Amino acid sequence: MKIPFVYNWRSVLQRPASTAFTAVGIALVVAVFIGMLALANGFRAALARTGSDSNALVLRRGADSELSSGIDRPTANLIATSPHVALAGDGHPLVSPEVYVLVPLVRVGGDSTKVGNVVVRGISEKAWDVRANVRVVDGHRPTSGRAEICIGSKVVGRYDHAAVGDRLRFAGRNWDIVCQFSAGGSAFESEIWGENEQFMPVFRGEAFQSVSFRLKDPAAFEEAKRALEADKRLQVDVHRESTFYVQQSQLLGDILEFLAIVITSIMAVGAVFGAVNTMYAAVAGRTPEIAVLLTLGFHPRSVLASFLVESAIIAAIGGVIGCLIALPVNGFVASTTNWSSFSEIAFNFRVTPGLLLAGLIFAVVMGVAGGFFPARRAAKLPVVQALR
Amino acid sequence: MALVEIRDVYKSFQRDTQRIDVFNGITLDVDEGSFLALMGPSGSGKSTLLNLIAGLDKPNSGTITVAGSMVSAMTPSQLAPWRARHVGFVFQQFNLLPVLTAYQNVELPLLLTRLSKKERDERVRLALGVVGLDDRMDHYPRQLSGGQEQRVSIARAIVADPTVILLDEPTGQLDAKSSQEVLALLRRLNSEFKKTIVIVTHDAHAAERATTVLHLEKGDLIRGDAVPSLRSDAAAAAGMPR
Amino acid sequence: MKYLPLVLANLGRHKKRTVLTIISVALALFLFASLQTVTTTIASAANFGNARRLVSTNATGIVFTLPIAYANRLQAQPGVEAVTWANWFGGRYGDGKRFFATFAIDPKSYLEMYPEMVMPEEQKQAFLRERTAALVGKSLMDAFGWKLGQNITLQGTIFPGDWTFTIRAVYKPTDPQIGEDVVMFHHEYMEERLGRPGQAGWYIVKIDRTDRAAPIAKAIDDQFRNSSYPTKTGTEQAFNASFATMWGNVSLLMGTIGMAVVFAILLVTANAMMMSARERTREVAVLKTIGFGDRTLFGVVMLEAGVVAITGAVIGLGGAKVLYKATHFSGGGFLPGFDVTGSTLALGSAVALVLMVASGVVPAIRAARLPVISALRQVE
Repeated sequence: MKIPFVYNWRSVLQRPASTAFTAVGIALVVAVFIGMLALANGFRAALARTGSDSNALVLRRGADSELSSGIDRPTANLIATSPHVALAGDGHPLVSPEVYVLVPLVRVGGDSTKVGNVVVRGISEKAWDVRANVRVVDGHRPTSGRAEICIGSKVVGRYDHAAVGDRLRFAGRNWDIVCQFSAGGSAFESEIWGENEQFMPVFRGEAFQSVSFRLKDPAAFEEAKRALEADKRLQVDVHRESTFYVQQSQLLGDILEFLAIVITSIMAVGAVFGAVNTMYAAVAGRTPEIAVLLTLGFHPRSVLASFLVESAIIAAIGGVIGCLIALPVNGFVASTTNWSSFSEIAFNFRVTPGLLLAGLIFAVVMGVAGGFFPARRAAKLPVVQALR
Repeated sequence: MALVEIRDVYKSFQRDTQRIDVFNGITLDVDEGSFLALMGPSGSGKSTLLNLIAGLDKPNSGTITVAGSMVSAMTPSQLAPWRARHVGFVFQQFNLLPVLTAYQNVELPLLLTRLSKKERDERVRLALGVVGLDDRMDHYPRQLSGGQEQRVSIARAIVADPTVILLDEPTGQLDAKSSQEVLALLRRLNSEFKKTIVIVTHDAHAAERATTVLHLEKGDLIRGDAVPSLRSDAAAAAGMPR
Repeated sequence: MKYLPLVLANLGRHKKRTVLTIISVALALFLFASLQTVTTTIASAANFGNARRLVSTNATGIVFTLPIAYANRLQAQPGVEAVTWANWFGGRYGDGKRFFATFAIDPKSYLEMYPEMVMPEEQKQAFLRERTAALVGKSLMDAFGWKLGQNITLQGTIFPGDWTFTIRAVYKPTDPQIGEDVVMFHHEYMEERLGRPGQAGWYIVKIDRTDRAAPIAKAIDDQFRNSSYPTKTGTEQAFNASFATMWGNVSLLMGTIGMAVVFAILLVTANAMMMSARERTREVAVLKTIGFGDRTLFGVVMLEAGVVAITGAVIGLGGAKVLYKATHFSGGGFLPGFDVTGSTLALGSAVALVLMVASGVVPAIRAARLPVISALRQVE
């Protein structure tokens, strides 16, 4: 017993101003919703992609980030001899001891106070193999023994002098930028890489911050963890690389998502009220029509459904507009400090089809929520009074 | 058995603190095929009686039976489909949905049936043909004159072939010429198509077209032109045969 | 205004709608004020700083330390009145979910440098006396439910192991920009336990005259420029400003959302107003028949829009101000001194005003221009 859809569709078009206002109100809420979640998404994705399931990351016991950790050479060498470490084609262990520090670099277009703390990572040759998702896209790898560095693709162009062929100055020395590397959109792309041996003397001295290695058997991670942590000579914590970086995104990711939800909830309430007002007015203005429908024999349920459909239509229009507004934000580079590691990270807004769908559903839910009471009033219309 | 049997109906309304009695034990039969006009001053309850027959309202006591179904005892969810099948209603105004074409307006009651699109189409065209507006079926109400709108309403009222057609002041908003058109149409529906019609009006011209006229005054029925098939409760009390 | 009862009666006709609209406006202005305040708080942090304090960090990067030996050399610098230092300890408490700062300090000189940290004298003395004592900010005490005299154990992240302190003093800063989410302890305790001399994460230097800040800073940096631990010295304000920029795009983000919110409210309210205007025709006609002038009716409709906007503004903006003040909100320690400023309130009020005009003007004009006759015809 359905009231024809065309009735609702045309009625919506009959009041263009009112429909437009409500739809745009909903559109804005959806746009903010998608935008903020795309921000949180992008940040988490960047970090999630950083670590690999097949790699393990070793830090000093108790350290909660690479920054606060310290591993000396003997320890690093011992780890390299562990049977849990995979071997490269040449028979050497796939292990990468790394220096991890932050240096202040002046942002492009800013004065000297506008600095970002950029991660500078000291590596060895094996690092490029251990971290399978990293590849040089321009130039060549730093030559051993030279003050040469490679910058991540998210560093390029965002700081002064950050381009292949240029020269950066930090820690009292000049460094030639000989290459640019990409890392699948992960956090590594916000880093600067150079040779361990070059960095150690100018930074912390003879200690690394972390050791990463490829697990011989990724499924046997727990065993590797137990073995290394139990070794009294080492005093280390072993993490699965992927898990570790995901954890590093926890704090800021949670904050961003929390903000997204709080802000959009408040806006949503406003938008729902808008929908309620619109629908109440619609019902009030169409009392005679409703009376006719009820008289004809359409069930009050059908009338209720009909008005719900109408508010859903308006909301859906708003949802689509909202998605369209939010879409261009995809790929935008945002940067902030990941407070867990104190390092500056740049990442892309990431709008996924799932997010767009969520936005649309959210819009329709708002519309239906807003339309419910007015629709109920329409359905319960005392026909006799309306006909008076 | 009469098509519509109204038995001993009491109806009153509550307006703030005042109780207004509309009917005090009214009894009425409407035979199949008759054309009844109910006249009376405003407030006499003419529209209320129509609403009661259509099941839009319930009496405080008494019964109303239409085509064998006791309308006064049915629940609202039962009444909706019942009304779709048995009643064609035409109002004084607010008849057509402004966003639908004449065709679509007339089609509305058929959407409540199981007829196929093709069958519906046939009937809509037929109904519009009867009222003489098949050339305007794609027009919107705002593109039609008052009289044409009412005729479309009548088309909608007959399209599902209801048991009874009820009209509440159908010519109230119309000019003389349009009124004529509408009333002629009603006459034809009754005489040619044998439709049972009950019309509430204070237009004397309309009353002329009817076969029976009843006056409602302060909730009591007074006969106008008596036709053997109808009686008021006074006559019933006197025990006169049908 | 004598028309206020009329206006209120009109608004009372559709109570539900009026209430809904006012709540939407209030919510949206609340949100607006909150987002603006994030921006102003971050910005004001950049402006806070005692003009007579300079901060010196390792020029290579803030994660690097400076030798404690520098203290004497800094003290000897002309124009320097006092020197103190602190080191970032990096401690976690419990499950580590609640973030806070932990500093190892030289207690006597540090407390002298920051008279803004206020605590009862006997607590101060207790803290100075005991090597394993801790000084904790009031809001952190409340967050963890710690009590004076309690032992707390922190997990060291940079300096591994469990570190236990006794809380001997609780401070409240007189300036909200000075963080309250901090635990401070004696650096000597750390040196003892590590068995090696400590390092300074940063130095704070008090100078005699504010106009000498730049030359003194330069002199300090010149002194250490070619050593293994070069310094970068600037005013306290500059130091705080550099932290503010660490937020990156966040300010921009908040500002944009704020605008979207404002826009959304405008739409909702304007919509509601215009809808009631459409139903208005009958009464306006009657009022005009009685003798109300066009201009009066214009005023009445605008007043109606005004009442809705103002009520919403008071609830939303006022609510934000009161709420954040009363709960001492500080964004989990990241946004100290979170308070809705006067300029934000003014801006929010301006938005409400624009709202009132935008949503009232069209219906008001329509009411003023309504030709009585045609309106009355509709009434019959």
